[in-house]
Amino acid sequence: MKCGVGIDLGSTTTKAVLLDEHGEIVGQGITNSRSNYEVACAVAREEALTAARLSLLARALEQLPGEQRTRTAALAAALPEAFRFELYLDQLADLEGELRACVGQVKPDSLRHALEPALDEVIERMSRTAASLFDGSVARRSDFFRDLAGAAFMAAAEAVCAGGAVPFERLAGLFDRAVLDVETTMTRKPFDHVLRRAIARVTSQDAVAAPDAAGVVDLVLAAAAGTAIDEVAFVGTGYGRQTLPFPKECVRSEILCHGRGAHAAFPGTRTVLDIGGQDTKAIQVDESGVVTSFQMNDRCAAGCGRYLGYIADELGLGLHELGPLAMRAHRVIRVNSTCTVFAGAELRERLALGQRREDILAGLHRAMMLRAMSLLARSGGVHDQFTFTGGVCKNEMATKVLHDLVAEHYSPGTRVNIHPDSIYMGARGAALFALDDYRAGRGGAPAWREY
Amino acid sequence: MSTPAAAAAGAKDESQIRQKRMIGEHFERLARARHDGRKVVYTFVPGNLTELIASFGMLSVLPEINALQSGMRGRSAAYIAEAEKSGHSEDVCTYVKCDIGMLRSGNIGPTGTKLPEPDLLLLSYTGCFTFMKWFELLREQYRCPVAMLHVPYQPDGVITPSMRAYVVDQLKNEVIPAMERVSGRRLDLDELTAQLARSAAAEDDLVAVWESARHRPSPIDGYFGGVYYVGPIFSAFRGSEEAVAYYRELRREVDARMAAGKGPATPDGTLAEERYRLVVEGPPNWTSFNDFWRMFTREGAVAVASTYTRVGGLYDTGFRHDASHPFETLADYCLGCYTNLGLPARVALLERYIREYHADGFIINSVKSCNSFSAGQLLMLRELERRTGRPGGFIESDLVDPRYFGKANIENRIQSYLQMVDARRHGGYA
Repeated sequence: MKCGVGIDLGSTTTKAVLLDEHGEIVGQGITNSRSNYEVACAVAREEALTAARLSLLARALEQLPGEQRTRTAALAAALPEAFRFELYLDQLADLEGELRACVGQVKPDSLRHALEPALDEVIERMSRTAASLFDGSVARRSDFFRDLAGAAFMAAAEAVCAGGAVPFERLAGLFDRAVLDVETTMTRKPFDHVLRRAIARVTSQDAVAAPDAAGVVDLVLAAAAGTAIDEVAFVGTGYGRQTLPFPKECVRSEILCHGRGAHAAFPGTRTVLDIGGQDTKAIQVDESGVVTSFQMNDRCAAGCGRYLGYIADELGLGLHELGPLAMRAHRVIRVNSTCTVFAGAELRERLALGQRREDILAGLHRAMMLRAMSLLARSGGVHDQFTFTGGVCKNEMATKVLHDLVAEHYSPGTRVNIHPDSIYMGARGAALFALDDYRAGRGGAPAWREY
Repeated sequence: MSTPAAAAAGAKDESQIRQKRMIGEHFERLARARHDGRKVVYTFVPGNLTELIASFGMLSVLPEINALQSGMRGRSAAYIAEAEKSGHSEDVCTYVKCDIGMLRSGNIGPTGTKLPEPDLLLLSYTGCFTFMKWFELLREQYRCPVAMLHVPYQPDGVITPSMRAYVVDQLKNEVIPAMERVSGRRLDLDELTAQLARSAAAEDDLVAVWESARHRPSPIDGYFGGVYYVGPIFSAFRGSEEAVAYYRELRREVDARMAAGKGPATPDGTLAEERYRLVVEGPPNWTSFNDFWRMFTREGAVAVASTYTRVGGLYDTGFRHDASHPFETLADYCLGCYTNLGLPARVALLERYIREYHADGFIINSVKSCNSFSAGQLLMLRELERRTGRPGGFIESDLVDPRYFGKANIENRIQSYLQMVDARRHGGYA
């Protein structure tokens, strides 16, 4: 299958989207971009390719003749989660290796000797609970390895440290160092290899594949083999787009990409707000999704996603935990500064005054979104429909405040669209530009490096 | 895809070499002023009375020019820090802080020679309230006489007879007597009219240079290149023989460039391909001037006209210094500077440039610490888009404080804007 590839190299995360020739999404991938932009790009692309192969496999199985489709249905249904579980286990194994390397460097020896058994126990607990993340018994907030493993690690570490023998912060610090290396290392196994493991796991656990298990597996493997992906065009965008191994003509503005991606997801879109790690963008688009005006924050990153990152760090929480905590606020503390640099100071000051962290967090979210409202006003206001994109969309408090502010400042009837895959909108827009280039015979080939 | 920036960076044009020499000589004259017994007048670019100052044999110092030169030479950060140390806040006009910092650091001018202290502070108040505060600070420092020329703001873009009479009255009864006291000379009307006649000749040539940008490709960049072109006429040289010669030479070079079908000179040589024609509003950033310029040249974007290059005099709407009415013409000059125009007149001027120079759109560089320029710029943007149907871009930086120049952010906005122009030019994507 011919695919257009869009890569959005953001300051915090890197996203990749593969579209088929009809503009339909066949695969998406995301990873952390903090340490190494080039590797992040390769990892996100690989992840999107994997997702695309899974998605094409599902399509191929869906198109099997009736009787074969029936026989493979149960395996087909269970495969995507099983596959993701296998990937998670691979990364977990990488993480374990990195954690052990990190703990080996801890000084003094007495601390290391205390941390090592604690770490063993944390790893053991993480392994034990891993399957529950993929068996439908727990609502997964994120597919992002850092979030999944981070939440599992912190939960295990809190339990292990409850007795006070080992300081929690030291264990948490090990995770922070180790996960960065895992995210920026390409150690993925070949697709077929992981697929066979996933199939084996499903068939060993699920009686549905029997009594003709071998025949069903052959059908699935044959379907997988017939779904080659041909990446025919690439477009890169995002904060780090200049560092992509792409020729200049394959790089597009993130403003245009976000506008286009949002419009593709919601064709009624006329205003787009994108809050990324480093930038906030207010974008107006016409009925075709073409940008007509835009405003961005200036060089100060106040009120951008990174602002929440600082807050999370300050509280020792994962970024994805902030929204749910803020939603438990009893009241919204008025916060005057959205300065990223001073956010920590403001937070500490208010905590010292005895204010609840949930209430402070609610205030911080409101301050952040008020700044976004100012940019929206400068760009020409909020017009129906209004689509919110970028990583901050995943934060339920941010989206709640945005809904309230839009109703308050504009029409209460304004439709606010938030796509479950909002974080991918820039990459989706880029992939649409890639398809344009392919159809027009334009574009160029990236200079990928092997990892 | 071809790269629009530049065929090989060539040698400097004769006019550039001449300008550099002129500036060097001027600062040498300033350095020798005390020795030569010449009086020194500090004054501002908008509404500068250069011909009048020169007719008394006095020398001009323009603090904004010194500040921008310090910015271009990488000295402004230290000067601003020095000013902040003495209590000036972060939000104060950075030209002011740069100047104050330079003063506190020994008042060494842009060419490395020490500037003489002023014998007169001539405050031409044209649309910028900060000017008054700036010279208040300098007065505290130098304890020298101040002559204030209050120029009425043009809210409707019209100079009324009473406005003109008000300025002429001040010239005759405040400014000229102050100059006579400081210089020890009586006004030499013949010398003043000779100066004014030379100004008009230089202005004719400058307007021809501006209007060359109607040609495709434009042989000039009317913003980044333009700030060099206005150097002599906005500063100490208008009315001098040197300025007449400079503008004659510049016009000849631009005509030759146009005849040869060449694009504008850039920091990297001649621009090879003109892809976008833009009008620019607002001052440039001086601390990263060439980086800023390259953000445009790399994309093949040329500024065909700009308003910043009209702050020290608006000649392409027809004004010329008129030697036959010396006081009235000085009044009209001061009243007509771009900084003295209200928003409707600024919008009308930009609209005219966008249409007459066949621009694809316009960019506003909004300067945080310059309220007189920046207030209302978003309203101007919307109104211009409405009137012309052409897209506006908005970027933010500063005059001479390098802390406010976010390279990635500005480049992102410029590229986004140009890609938006492209899409709209082609009626959509694909």
